[in-house]
Amino acid sequence: MTLSEGVPSTVYHVLGVQVDPSIERRLAALGLISGTNITLLNKKKRGAVIFSVRGTRFAIGKVIADGILVEVAE
Amino acid sequence: MKEELSIGFIGNPNCGKTTLFNAYTGAKLKVANWPGVTVEKKEGAMKYHEHLFKLVDLPGIYSLTSYTMEEKVSRNYILSDDVDVIIDVVDASALERNLYLTLQLIELGKPVVLALNMMDIVEERGMEIDMHRLPEMLGIPAIGVSARKKTGLEILMHAASHHKEVQRPDPLVHQHKLGEVSKHPHNHHEEYAMVYSDLIEDKIDLISEVLAEKYSGLKNLRWHAIKLLEMDLEIMEKYPIDRPDIIDRSYEKDIINQKYDFIEEIIEEVVVNKSQKAAFTDKIDSLLTNRILGLPIFLGIMAIVFFLTFTVGDYLKGYLEILLDWISQGTISGLELIGTHPMMVSLIVDGIIAGVGGILTFLPNIFILFLALAFLEDSGYMSRVAYVMDGIMGKIGLSGRAFIPMLLGFGCSVPAIMASRALENRRDRFKTILITPFMSCSARLPIYVLFSQMFFAKHAMLVAYSMYVIGIVVAILVALVISLMDKKKVENTLLIELPEYKAPNARSIAIYVWEKVKDYLIKAGTTIFIASVIMWLISNVGMTGFVTDMGDSFAAQIGKALVPIFRPIGLGYWQIVVALISGIAAKEIVVASCGVLYGIGNINSSQGMSDMVSILAAVGFGAANAYALMVFCLLYVPCAATIATIKKETESIKYTLGIVAFQVLMAWLMAFIVYHIGLLL
Repeated sequence: MTLSEGVPSTVYHVLGVQVDPSIERRLAALGLISGTNITLLNKKKRGAVIFSVRGTRFAIGKVIADGILVEVAE
Repeated sequence: MKEELSIGFIGNPNCGKTTLFNAYTGAKLKVANWPGVTVEKKEGAMKYHEHLFKLVDLPGIYSLTSYTMEEKVSRNYILSDDVDVIIDVVDASALERNLYLTLQLIELGKPVVLALNMMDIVEERGMEIDMHRLPEMLGIPAIGVSARKKTGLEILMHAASHHKEVQRPDPLVHQHKLGEVSKHPHNHHEEYAMVYSDLIEDKIDLISEVLAEKYSGLKNLRWHAIKLLEMDLEIMEKYPIDRPDIIDRSYEKDIINQKYDFIEEIIEEVVVNKSQKAAFTDKIDSLLTNRILGLPIFLGIMAIVFFLTFTVGDYLKGYLEILLDWISQGTISGLELIGTHPMMVSLIVDGIIAGVGGILTFLPNIFILFLALAFLEDSGYMSRVAYVMDGIMGKIGLSGRAFIPMLLGFGCSVPAIMASRALENRRDRFKTILITPFMSCSARLPIYVLFSQMFFAKHAMLVAYSMYVIGIVVAILVALVISLMDKKKVENTLLIELPEYKAPNARSIAIYVWEKVKDYLIKAGTTIFIASVIMWLISNVGMTGFVTDMGDSFAAQIGKALVPIFRPIGLGYWQIVVALISGIAAKEIVVASCGVLYGIGNINSSQGMSDMVSILAAVGFGAANAYALMVFCLLYVPCAATIATIKKETESIKYTLGIVAFQVLMAWLMAFIVYHIGLLL
């Protein structure tokens, strides 16, 4: 599933990041890489989401959220 | 005393670099609680015992690979020889993410000192950081500070001044990742904090050898080798090596992953009690970023901001008007008493006091507006606005992030346009720069307050509000039309950090508001002063020298020549035309000029206003004309300072002139429409 399909207040395990390479690099610099656990905090109808990774909250648009592949963390 | 040491402050956005810089240098640079406040490098100096240090504050960055303009500024500066010591400012309460940049900085091979900022917040949350283990693992000094509470500042400078000779980190921890046996020939752990897997270390060694041979004298081979492995475009171009056998692909991902592996290791050993959550922020966010309530709450907040600006501001303004009236009367009697030439009395009273004084009475409105904006900016809400507005902005082809410059535009267009630097995409930047001046800035406020009170007595506030709405609607429509014409599908790429909420800091707010008030006073004392004198001169001097009838003055001649263009929009009066032209210097001047050109001493007083209304009514200038005037002022040529900023940010005269021409056209069209609708009512 993608992060935009997630349910708020759930911890997800990142499986892969399939977005524009320049955005992928930015996300990687923030520590959002395969294997990281992230918490989905909030979500809008159009798919923009708020999540936290490594202790920091970020808001991302739908296009990015659609490209982050996740599964529910154990 | 000469400068002995140049220190660069670098770190993630919103980690408190500017607060720290202000604490050392006594500067009053703007600080706020959203990422990307600082967009330009700023220099300052401080005395440290017998030495003079140069300090440089840089825009925040997440990594040394740069995507946005502000990131490039920081990266290029830190790579240059101008920096002796890097102070890496990190938000200690978010150490895990901040350390990524730290590891990159250490690899540069320059002396780095780690400043763990916000230690007060760390303590409040019950977290602890092992200040012995951390420098051991990184090989650089780590000093805990609080820029806000000014603790640890002396020790940090001490560390920076003593660390300047150190060319390479000296980690004490040489055996981590226990259990893994390295087959790599060297134990790099003795030299470097960040050691990669054997595969990458082997390649780094091989590339270093090639680089040493090909580019003798190249410093810090390891860093260049790592950059080549990451296939960094800039370094590949500067120092190409033709060895596809070593660099068979980009190892950037591996390098990032391994850095984060090391960071996780550090956090595990160094941070105690890290699971402490900031439940406070989550609670507020569940309301302010709520999918249904988020937008109405934002609109409500903005309505309150402007309500306060008009009501409280106008209330205070009343007292200033009484004071101004008193000064103006006193000056006349005083000057006449000492036998001043009537011409001189006229210049001082009708020119300077009418112009500058008239503008100064709006100070309370401006003060309240900026106070409210300061609260919004310092609380942490700005980033949330980007998220809340993302959906609407997406419809007009912009990311929610572009709304931050627009919102700042309610204060002043100049910093607002500069804030557009944080947008990654050049097209988005240009579009944002084009529409930001439509957001009604504080300089236009006096025009609305004056004309709405004169012509719409009871509905004055509603009319003034409507200007803000028209500005926003025009901005949105313009962006919408552009995005519809744009064949390329623009991707919505909002990506913004949401900082923790905090109680607005009294000092930050005081600095912010004082700087704005000071700017306003300076503008009144310089631009508006000069413009008022010029206005008085050109309206009292004509071909025949001093004229008794203003209708023969130079001002009248200029104005009358342009009247035909302005007649269709209800502004075909030479005084109004001249006032509008003078408003290009600064929008407040429109009001000052009206006072001077219509010969009204205190245009804001009720007497002044009723005089003005009767003068205007006599020439057929009514409510529809007044509304058209306000709309024209809202949309036409941005002030000179804004034009200069647009030129600087777009680096294109053609584009700048294009924007100006477009806005004049827009203003004329909209004024035409509202004037003719107004006549029908």
